[in-house]
Amino acid sequence: MTATAEAPAAEIGQERRRKEDQRLITGRTRWTDNLTLPGMLHLAMVRSPFAHATIVSVDTSAAKAAPNVIGVFSGKDVAEDQGILINAWAITTDQVTPTHTPVAVDRVTFAGEIVAVVVARSAAEARDAAELVDVEYDELPAALDLKESAEDKVLAHPDLGTNKSAFWKFDSAEAGTGGNVDEAIEKARGDGIVIEREYRQQRLIPAFMEPRSVVVDPTGEQLTVWSATQIPHILRFALAATTGISESKIRVIAPDVGGGFGGKLQTTPEEWIAVALARRVGKPVKYTETRSESLMAAHHGRDQWQKLTLSAEKDGTVTGFKVELLADLGSHVSLVGGGVPVLGAFMFNSIYKFPAYQFSVQTVLTNKTWTDAYRGAGRPEATYAIERIMDELAVEVGVDPLEIRAKNWIKHEEFPFTTVAGLEYDTGNYEAATARAKEMFGYDELRAEQKQRREAGDRVQLGIGISTFTEMCGLAPSRVLGSLNYGAGGWEHASVRMLATGKVEVVTGASAHGQGHETAFSQIVADRLGVAFEDVEILHGDTQIAHKGLDTYGSRSLVVGGEAIVKAADKVIEKAKPIAAHLLEASVDDIEFSGGRFSVRGTDQGLAMADIALATFTSHNFPEGVEPSIDSDATYDPVNFNYPHGTHLCAMEVDTETGRVTMRKYVCCDDIGNIINPMIVGGQVHGGLVQGIAQALFEEAVYDDAGTLVSGSFVDYLLPTSADTISFEIDHTTSPSTTNTLGTKGVGEAGTIASTPAVVNAVVDAVRHFGVNDIQMPCTPERVWKAINTSSATGGTTEGAAMPHFDESEPGQSSTEGAGA
Amino acid sequence: MTKISLTVDGAQVSDEVEPRMLLVQYLREKLGKTGTVIGCDTSNCGACTVHLDGRSVKSCNVLAVQADGHEVTTIEGLATDGKLHQVQESFRECHGLQCGFCTPGMIMQSVDLLNENPHPSEQEVREGLEGNLCRCTGYHNIVKSVLHAAGQGSTAGAQS
Ligand code: FES
Ligand code: FES
Repeated sequence: MTATAEAPAAEIGQERRRKEDQRLITGRTRWTDNLTLPGMLHLAMVRSPFAHATIVSVDTSAAKAAPNVIGVFSGKDVAEDQGILINAWAITTDQVTPTHTPVAVDRVTFAGEIVAVVVARSAAEARDAAELVDVEYDELPAALDLKESAEDKVLAHPDLGTNKSAFWKFDSAEAGTGGNVDEAIEKARGDGIVIEREYRQQRLIPAFMEPRSVVVDPTGEQLTVWSATQIPHILRFALAATTGISESKIRVIAPDVGGGFGGKLQTTPEEWIAVALARRVGKPVKYTETRSESLMAAHHGRDQWQKLTLSAEKDGTVTGFKVELLADLGSHVSLVGGGVPVLGAFMFNSIYKFPAYQFSVQTVLTNKTWTDAYRGAGRPEATYAIERIMDELAVEVGVDPLEIRAKNWIKHEEFPFTTVAGLEYDTGNYEAATARAKEMFGYDELRAEQKQRREAGDRVQLGIGISTFTEMCGLAPSRVLGSLNYGAGGWEHASVRMLATGKVEVVTGASAHGQGHETAFSQIVADRLGVAFEDVEILHGDTQIAHKGLDTYGSRSLVVGGEAIVKAADKVIEKAKPIAAHLLEASVDDIEFSGGRFSVRGTDQGLAMADIALATFTSHNFPEGVEPSIDSDATYDPVNFNYPHGTHLCAMEVDTETGRVTMRKYVCCDDIGNIINPMIVGGQVHGGLVQGIAQALFEEAVYDDAGTLVSGSFVDYLLPTSADTISFEIDHTTSPSTTNTLGTKGVGEAGTIASTPAVVNAVVDAVRHFGVNDIQMPCTPERVWKAINTSSATGGTTEGAAMPHFDESEPGQSSTEGAGA
Repeated sequence: MTKISLTVDGAQVSDEVEPRMLLVQYLREKLGKTGTVIGCDTSNCGACTVHLDGRSVKSCNVLAVQADGHEVTTIEGLATDGKLHQVQESFRECHGLQCGFCTPGMIMQSVDLLNENPHPSEQEVREGLEGNLCRCTGYHNIVKSVLHAAGQGSTAGAQS
């Protein structure tokens, strides 16, 4: 019982190799599609080839007669068992929300919608039989163009009489967080600068590499659902709420999940169908989508038109920013899709001290795949808008774009700072991150090279792109979500249990899909409890084990889930103290805990955490009233968001004869507060960067005039490859967040948010001297070439009609006051 | 049904398969070798990459009957005598994976690449992995992993 052990070295901050990797590099992974259960049947979906059509008849007779087919089910059949899909975020009380059955009943509303389901003994037989289902359609005109749909030119749901789902507005003058934007713009029209732009956020596809898969076993005492999902807990809740089965009788397991990026933050028709049909046939069923099905029918992201008006004084000091959005919801209001633009509403002012701000969004129904969260959800759209238009302001004022940013940003000494959108930014140091990024980039040298190439009239021109950003992450304080009418809270749950052998079992509600939770969480617990990293086991992704949680999205796992673990670990220490005091025959007040040991102040008497754990297991000599347990639970609701920020710099080379763009250099300096594992953080940044770069240069979900997804396979939907990308230089500055005890900020979305505007700013910068001031994403060689070769100074800015205007006075619209944090 | 016999990860197997069955289906569904995964239906993603007689192939692009009489190595057979292949080690060491779904294919492709060219440049690695998509890592650490494996001496590519 003497204190001898040295305090273990700190785990936090170490580049620990990942615990997850052993199974992943040896192919011993548990993907949902790997699962085979005795007697398991397989599903195949019959999907609509039309964007909008009446279903005249569904003839299943030939399919039913095919070999080993157990049944073929229509929309009505499925709806009897499993009624409608749920929507968790009505952004206004009068939001128009079409009824969403898992299988279409009388009308299809996008190409890819399910019209019938085949159940057969094997997947191949199910697919073969699906081909035999004869569906007769009567094609209807489809609402496809976002602007036209916003004006109800063609109705996506004729029965609703409108495509306008909800109108939501925030005004700093009304909210009391700033001035009146219209007055600021009016004034600037007289004696300042007003810049008006329209930007398109093209439709993107999350394109996680593991196709979605679901297995349902209805044969036991409970309903067990394995799904490649980001949200096992939310899925269990949604299933319980829609089936009437008690949550305790539903077990949702998200085993290893191969990427999500928001694309698996959904309760899907396929899951609903699998549950309904497994229960109906009384056997386990499996459905795994093909890639084509995934691209067509798993939700899409972005898809907005942004109309922006920025006012400034002649010297470049911004006086007001007005944002009007049209957001394409697709055919239905998905789980949280309606709220995605609202999440972005708070970020258009970004790192800047804008005195007046107004945001409004009209969400619109169309006959395309439904949209929802995609990496960054709302915040990449906002950052793109502000960082593109700040470049335009720099050009107007005639200064370096970095200077215009520094003139307007919140200075380090001004934190904490309440923004014009009503958020309180706790910490930040934009000066430091920018200085570091500039130094890494070799900013002045590259500017000199750019000038020289321009003067020499080189065929290949150089452009430099800047993106300074911040985001609100760690979704989210529950009261903020409540004020935005979101249907769930933002807390996270954790249990920390000391096992008899001294090992630690940690349960988290944050369910991973590649982020390395098992490693990062182990590091936190090892430090907090003073145990070995290897002795910590992290359990997650199974609602029977992790019975409570709100899952993984919005860069919340570490800052909310990690903090819940810290709180649970601290409770373990507090519960252990009286036991240590008892065993050491000392007073509780004299017990100190450090480096994994409880010791009696001023003596060399002490016990390790493992000793207490064993004593608790045996509990042979505990006095009456002492609970023989040091296990603890904590549920943590964050006090605020946290605000990562950074400066990203990108150099692009543009071949002015072919329009081909090549990335020359990309550096970034992000401030994500304290770092638990720099290696994992680096990986998250790299992956995020490429996803954002992909929006700038490669990816776009394209529909033809009939509403068929043209980019419906990896042949046409261009994910960047290793040959399309370069190695990045990344670094960090640190202003620890004060909103969690770890001092961390989220990192999962940072790269994606920042890189898109950095790249487009660079491409535009390279060819600005040709009179180009915008190129619509993705900046394909064709678009770049056209921009260079169009004499109009507006470049490729707008395609199609002008943005329609909406305000709260229009019939059928309502305004909801935005609620700040 | 067609009779086939082949070697998979060192073990001799004989089977009757439908002529249309793909090698990847055969590995996953008949042999339970679920380490090899399917990411697309157009032979674009590379998630299903295995070795056929030591060279990488996309196993969704090969029929099971075409493997008759040949030797197949999957990610599950890459480690020998309980020792990970150098490339597997490198992926762990350099954080060349996140969700891990592309990883078996990436590793199999990287091993083949290094067998062909034991000391590739960064550009050669990037071009050599072009047929394998990854959505998580931005390729940065995958490229680093392969270069790291190449730097581990002449045995790097010779172990498969
Ligand atoms: S599954 Fe074989 S290449 Fe995609
Ligand atoms: S690690 Fe997730 S797709 Fe490559």
